Amino acid sequence: MTGRDEWEPEAAELVRPYVITKGRGLPDEEQLSLITLVTVAPEEGQRPTRLSPEEQRLIDMCSAGYLSVAEIAGHTRLPLGVVKILLAALAEGGYLITRSPVRRAALADREILEEVLNGLRAKFG
Amino acid sequence: MVSAPSLGKQDYVRDGASQIPVKILVVGHFAVGKTTFIGSISEIEPLTTEERMTQAAEHVDDLKGVRSKTTTTVAMDFGRLTISDRIVLYLFGTPGQQRFVQMWEDIARGALGALVLVDPERLADSFGVIDLIEQYGLEYAIAVNHFDGTPLRDEAALREALDLLDDTPVVTCDARDEKSSADALTTLVRFLLDRARQEQ
Repeated sequence: MTGRDEWEPEAAELVRPYVITKGRGLPDEEQLSLITLVTVAPEEGQRPTRLSPEEQRLIDMCSAGYLSVAEIAGHTRLPLGVVKILLAALAEGGYLITRSPVRRAALADREILEEVLNGLRAKFG
Repeated sequence: MVSAPSLGKQDYVRDGASQIPVKILVVGHFAVGKTTFIGSISEIEPLTTEERMTQAAEHVDDLKGVRSKTTTTVAMDFGRLTISDRIVLYLFGTPGQQRFVQMWEDIARGALGALVLVDPERLADSFGVIDLIEQYGLEYAIAVNHFDGTPLRDEAALREALDLLDDTPVVTCDARDEKSSADALTTLVRFLLDRARQEQ
């Protein structure tokens, strides 16, 4: 195998994902990472758009609480790239809100690690 | 779209509105026990997500005059552990394949660190994985997946074979066992915390 650097995540190359995503490109990693938490937005913020069945399905899935982008992809069994594109569009339309892992601003690594260590000890003894 | 099973309350992130999501990678070669490890401590059934990767082929298709593409699928398994009312930890299991660099960047970015699962009988299979982790600047600990739970016979030989630094932690674990997997993860986090304190 040559050119090991040339593999790229595919989002819109096959016909069906292309149709599902309406031809949109992948969102910025900063905007939606694997562990960005997603939930539905309060209704007043929504722009009226016609939603696809897949988009409606994602909104329904996120209506009962928070899930990470990876979990949403896992539950829907859609390729990660497709899920990211749909979620970004829904967030832009005001249907979903996202909580990015802005941890470095909010909490130092050391504090996070201390809390994780204490949490693991409390859980597993 | 394949219809997803309806989700229960336990599938959602507890206190999601206030949680900071963090991640730790569980890496290792094919069939070393990554999914088993994650499944033993995850609070949700481990999930799988797939990324389709494409690569432009070397040759141009004569008939169509266009560059053909090769497609492959890379799967990663992951689980979740609610640590407190403000931290939720995700564990991502991924094979360390050099050629999927783009995907590795997504997985590695922002990770707290990595636990490298190794099979003592197949040490050479772990070289590539360790190289990749070092390349991304991630701190890591080695967990030797050792099914009978006895202490590792020759840690020095293993350290030498894997070319580890003196302070890189090496633990043995049984990936099927919750307590054993949790101990390995705790060893990694303690090491990461020591490192973070040294840097201050």
